[in-house]
Amino acid sequence: MSFLAKYIGQKVKRTEDPRLIQGIGHYVDDIKLADTLHVVILRSPYAHARINAINTDAAKRVPGVVAVYTGADVAGKVGNVPCAMAHPELKVPAFGVLAQTKVFFVGHPVAAVVAQNKYQARDAADLIDVDYEPLDVVSDGEKAAQPDSPVIHEEFGTNIALVHNAGVGDIDAAFAQADKIVTQRLVHQRLAPISIEPRGVLAQYFPGEHQLNLWSSTQIPHLMRTQVSLMLGMPENRVRVVTPEVGGGFGCKLNVYAEEALLGWIAMQLHKPVKWIEGRRENFQATIHGRGQTGTVQVAVKNDGTLLGLKYDVIADIGAYHQLLTPAIPTLTGLMLSGCYKIPAISMKCTEVFTNKMSTDAYRGAGRPEATYLVERLMDCVARELNMDPVELRRKNFPQPDEFPFTTACGVIYDSGDYEKALSKALTIADYQKLRDEQKAARAAGRVMGIGVSTYVEICAMGPSAAMPAGGWESATIRVEPTGKVTVLTGVSPHGQGEETAFAQIVGDMLGIDMNDVLVVHGDTAVVQYGIGTFGSRGLAVGGAALVCATEKVVKKAKKLAAHLLGADEASLTFEDGKFVGAPDDKSLTIQEVALAAHTAASLPEDFEPGLTATHFFEPKNFTFPSGTHICVVEIDRETGELEIKRYIAVDDCGNQINPLIVAGQVHGGIAQGLAQALFEEVVYDENGQLLTGELMDYAVPKAHQLPRYELDHTVTPTPVNPLGAKGVGEAGTIGSTPAVANAVIDALAPFGVKHVDLPLRPEKLWRMMHN
Amino acid sequence: MIPTNFEYFAPATIEEALQLLDQHGEDAKLLSGGQSLIPVLKLRLAAPTAIIDIGRIAALKQISVSGDTIRIGANATHADIARHAELKQHCPLLGETAAQIGDQQVRNRGTIGGSLTHADPAADWPAAILALDAEIVARSSQGERVIKATDFFVDVMTSAVQPNEIVTEIRVAKPAQPQAAVYLKVPQAASGFALVGVAAQLTLNNGKCEAASIGVTGLGPKAFRATTLEAALRGQALDDSTVSAAAAKADAETADALEDIHASGDYRRHLARVYAKRAVQAAAARA
Repeated sequence: MSFLAKYIGQKVKRTEDPRLIQGIGHYVDDIKLADTLHVVILRSPYAHARINAINTDAAKRVPGVVAVYTGADVAGKVGNVPCAMAHPELKVPAFGVLAQTKVFFVGHPVAAVVAQNKYQARDAADLIDVDYEPLDVVSDGEKAAQPDSPVIHEEFGTNIALVHNAGVGDIDAAFAQADKIVTQRLVHQRLAPISIEPRGVLAQYFPGEHQLNLWSSTQIPHLMRTQVSLMLGMPENRVRVVTPEVGGGFGCKLNVYAEEALLGWIAMQLHKPVKWIEGRRENFQATIHGRGQTGTVQVAVKNDGTLLGLKYDVIADIGAYHQLLTPAIPTLTGLMLSGCYKIPAISMKCTEVFTNKMSTDAYRGAGRPEATYLVERLMDCVARELNMDPVELRRKNFPQPDEFPFTTACGVIYDSGDYEKALSKALTIADYQKLRDEQKAARAAGRVMGIGVSTYVEICAMGPSAAMPAGGWESATIRVEPTGKVTVLTGVSPHGQGEETAFAQIVGDMLGIDMNDVLVVHGDTAVVQYGIGTFGSRGLAVGGAALVCATEKVVKKAKKLAAHLLGADEASLTFEDGKFVGAPDDKSLTIQEVALAAHTAASLPEDFEPGLTATHFFEPKNFTFPSGTHICVVEIDRETGELEIKRYIAVDDCGNQINPLIVAGQVHGGIAQGLAQALFEEVVYDENGQLLTGELMDYAVPKAHQLPRYELDHTVTPTPVNPLGAKGVGEAGTIGSTPAVANAVIDALAPFGVKHVDLPLRPEKLWRMMHN
Repeated sequence: MIPTNFEYFAPATIEEALQLLDQHGEDAKLLSGGQSLIPVLKLRLAAPTAIIDIGRIAALKQISVSGDTIRIGANATHADIARHAELKQHCPLLGETAAQIGDQQVRNRGTIGGSLTHADPAADWPAAILALDAEIVARSSQGERVIKATDFFVDVMTSAVQPNEIVTEIRVAKPAQPQAAVYLKVPQAASGFALVGVAAQLTLNNGKCEAASIGVTGLGPKAFRATTLEAALRGQALDDSTVSAAAAKADAETADALEDIHASGDYRRHLARVYAKRAVQAAAARA
C-alpha cells in the first residue's frame, strides 16, 4: 500500500477538540429525553454482610418516587453481570445486578430508587432501611488465600478463584545453572482509573416496537449490546447501544456493569426513559480498579549478566466478583514476563483470590504494567547484585533486530523491534554518562540523586481472535457518498484517542481528498456494523487496518467503473492524488466524479453493483509489541523525603505514526498515569473493607503542576502485522514510566542500603528509608 | 451534586444576611466561595435547610491599606489577594500564602473569610493569619466583635465564629519588615492541603531577631503559634545552630499530631521542625 503523505505522518490538530474545548460535545448526561426518570442506586456501606431485611416503605412515600427495586424484584428477571473469561477451573460467583442475600463489597448495589428527579431519588434512597448483619471481612489478598481465612463465597469453600500457570522452558534447569538467584517481593498497589466523566446510562424502551435504546459511556458498544440483550432476554437486534462523547475510559469502561442492564430493565418496567449518572464516590466504590498484585520474583542469572530464568509467584487480589475481564488481566502479565530480554525459561504461578473489595479489571496497561514493573525492577536488582551498570545488563540481554520475529518463553512472538536503538537515543538525550558523573558529585556533596532506566516492551493491537474472549478483529465501512463526501463507520469506539482525526487522515491520503470531507462515525450499534471496540491499544493498529483494507476495496471498485467510463483498460489506469489517470487522450476522472456515476448508475460495467461502498473485517495475525526506553532523574530532599523529578526522557517506538501530535498526547497522558502510580496513587481499604480513598481529596490523581516537563523522542520500527505498520501507543507511557521512576528513586537511595521500596513512593516512606 | 433540600437566599447586604441568619438559626449555612461547603453538601455531611449566599455582598470584597492597617473583606478570593499589588508591597506574606492554596480554580472561587471560618486544620490561611497576629471581625445582629487570631481557631473544623455571626473582615497591622516573611508548605498530594505549613514573620535588628511570629498549620487539630520556638529565637542572632535548636521546638504546642493515610503524626512533627527552620532562614534571608 502506498500513501499520498499529505496528512499521514503530519501533526494534524485533532478535529474532535473544538467541540470538547468549547464544552458543546454531548456526553450521556447531556442527552435529554422528555419524561426521563432518574435513578439513584443505594449501595452497601459494609464490605461483607448478610441482608436480613429491606424496608422500602418510607422511601416509596417520598414525593416524586415512582418505584423502588431491590434484589428480590430482579431475581430471575435480569441475568448476572457477565464474565468473558471461559476457563474450566474458574470459579464464577453469581453477580446479580442488585444484591440478593448478602453484600460483598462497599458499594455493592442493594436497591434502585426511581423518581421524577435525582434529588427525590437520593432523599428516598437515604430512607431505605436495610437490616445488615455484618460478617467477617477479607480485605487482604494474601490472607484471603490462606486456608484459615473466612470464605467469601461459601459455595466454593475457598477464596481462590483460579490458579493460573504460565511460561515455558526448563525453569528448574535454569535455576540450577545460575551463578546467582536474585529474589524480590513486589507489591503492585490497587489503582482507580478515574476518568473525568464517570459512568452513566440512559435507557429508553418502546413497548410497541419492543425496542430498547441504551446510551452508555462505554468503550465497547457492540459487546455491551450483546451482553445486555442476553442479560435481559431481549433479541440482540432490538437493543441499540449509543455511545456519545466519552470523557475517558482507561479500561474502566471496557466492561458491562450491573447498571446498564438494570436501567434497561427499569425502562422496560416503567415505559419511560430512565437515567443514572455515577457520582465520584460511586465511581471510586463501584467502578473497577486496576493492578492489585503481590508477589515474589526470582531471577536466575550468570555472573556475566546473562539471564537464565524468571519465576513469579503472585497473588492477584481480584475483589469480590468477576467483572468482564477480571480473571483475564493477570494472565496478560504472564504473557510479558520476558520483557525485552532473552530469558530462556519463565514460570508464573498466579493465584487469583476473592476479597471483599471492588473487582479489579483492565486499567491502562492491564496486566502489562505489572509485568514491566517487575521485570524492570528486577533488572536493577540484578545489576546491583552483580555490580553492573543497569544499562549494560539490559543491553546484554536484548534480542538483536535480526532475531525478530522473536519467540519468548511466555509463548508469544514479538513482531519486530530494535531495543538498542531507542535505548541509545534516550541515553544520548539524557547524556547518561554525564548524569552518572553528576550523581557521584551529588552524593559526595550529601545530596540524594538517582537515575532510573526502564526499557520496556508491551503487547498491543489486541489481538488475534483465537487469543481474545470475544473476537479480536475489527471492522470498517467506507461510503463515498454521491457528492463525494466520505463517511467512515468504524467498529472501534474512540474516547479520547483521536481516531476521528487519524482515520480522516488515512482516508484523505488514500483517496486523495480533503480530510475534512471525511466523517468518522462510531459508537452507535444501529448505524455501525458490529465491532469490538477500543482497548488494548488497538484502535489504529486493528481498526485503522480494517479501514485501510476497506478503502483499498473502494478504490478497486471505483477503478473498475472509471475504466468503464473512460473507455480505458483497467490495468492501464492508476489512481493518483484523487484521480484515475492513464486513460487515452489524457482523460481522467476524480474519485468524486466516479462516486456520482456509481450512484446515478446510468452507465455501469456488467455485474457492477451501484453505489461506492466497502466493508472490511480485519483479523490481525499477531499482536504488536511496541517498545522503548524511559529515563528518569530524581532528587530527594534528604531531610524530608520530598521528591523532585529533575528530568524525564521517553523514547517510544510505536511503529509508524499517523499523527505525531496524537502520539505525543497519548505518551504525555500515559506517563502522567504511570508516574502517578509510582509516586501518588493507591486505593486503600482498611481491615474492615472500608474504602479510605473514596474521594479525590484522598486519592491523588496527578495534577499538571505535579508533573515534570517531558523530553520526548521516538524511533520507528514498523510492524509487519498490519498494513499501517502502526503498533499502538495508548498504553506505552503508562507501562514504561512506572519502573523508570521507581528505579530512579531506589537508585537514589542506594547509599542508604535500600534495595527496594514499594509504590507509591510517598515522601514519608522515603524519609523513613533514609533515617531508620 | 445531589444535596438535601434547602432554601437559597442571596442577600445584597450584610444586614439582610444577618437577619436571615437570625431567622434560620442553626439550620442555616453561609455560602461564600463554596469551596468547603459544596463538598460537604455533596456528601450530605451537612443538611442545612437554608443556604445564605453572602458571596454577592460587594461590601465584603474590599481590600484596602490605610495608615498602619490592612483590611481584607471576608469575600476576597485567594486569587484577589494573591495578585493585589498593595498587599504585595506592605504584607507579601498574604499573597504568598494565597498563591499556594489549592489550584487556580479553587483560588478563583474560595474566600479568605470562608476558609478561616471553616477552620480546616490543614488549611493554609491559619498559619499566615496567626503569624501576622491578625484580627478577625465578626458581626451579628447584636453588633460587631473583634477576635484575635490566637483565639479564633478552637478545634478541628471549629472556629470562634458563632452561628449567628458572619466574618466580615480580616485586619492586619502592617508588619515593620514586610519582606522578612515566608509561607512554606508540604502539600498533601491529593487535596493540596498542607501536610504541614509554616508561616514566619520576623522583625530583625542588627542581625538579631527582635521578634518572631510563627504560625503552624496541618500538624495539630488546630493551627497554632509556635510560641516556644518564637521565644527561643527572640533576641538571638539567627545562625544555623540557633535556628535549628529553636525549630526543634516547632511542635511543642501540639500534644496530638494529626495522623491519616497521607502522613503519620511523627512525620508531620518532623516536617514542622524542618519547615520551621527553613521558614525562619528564608524569612531572615529575605529581610
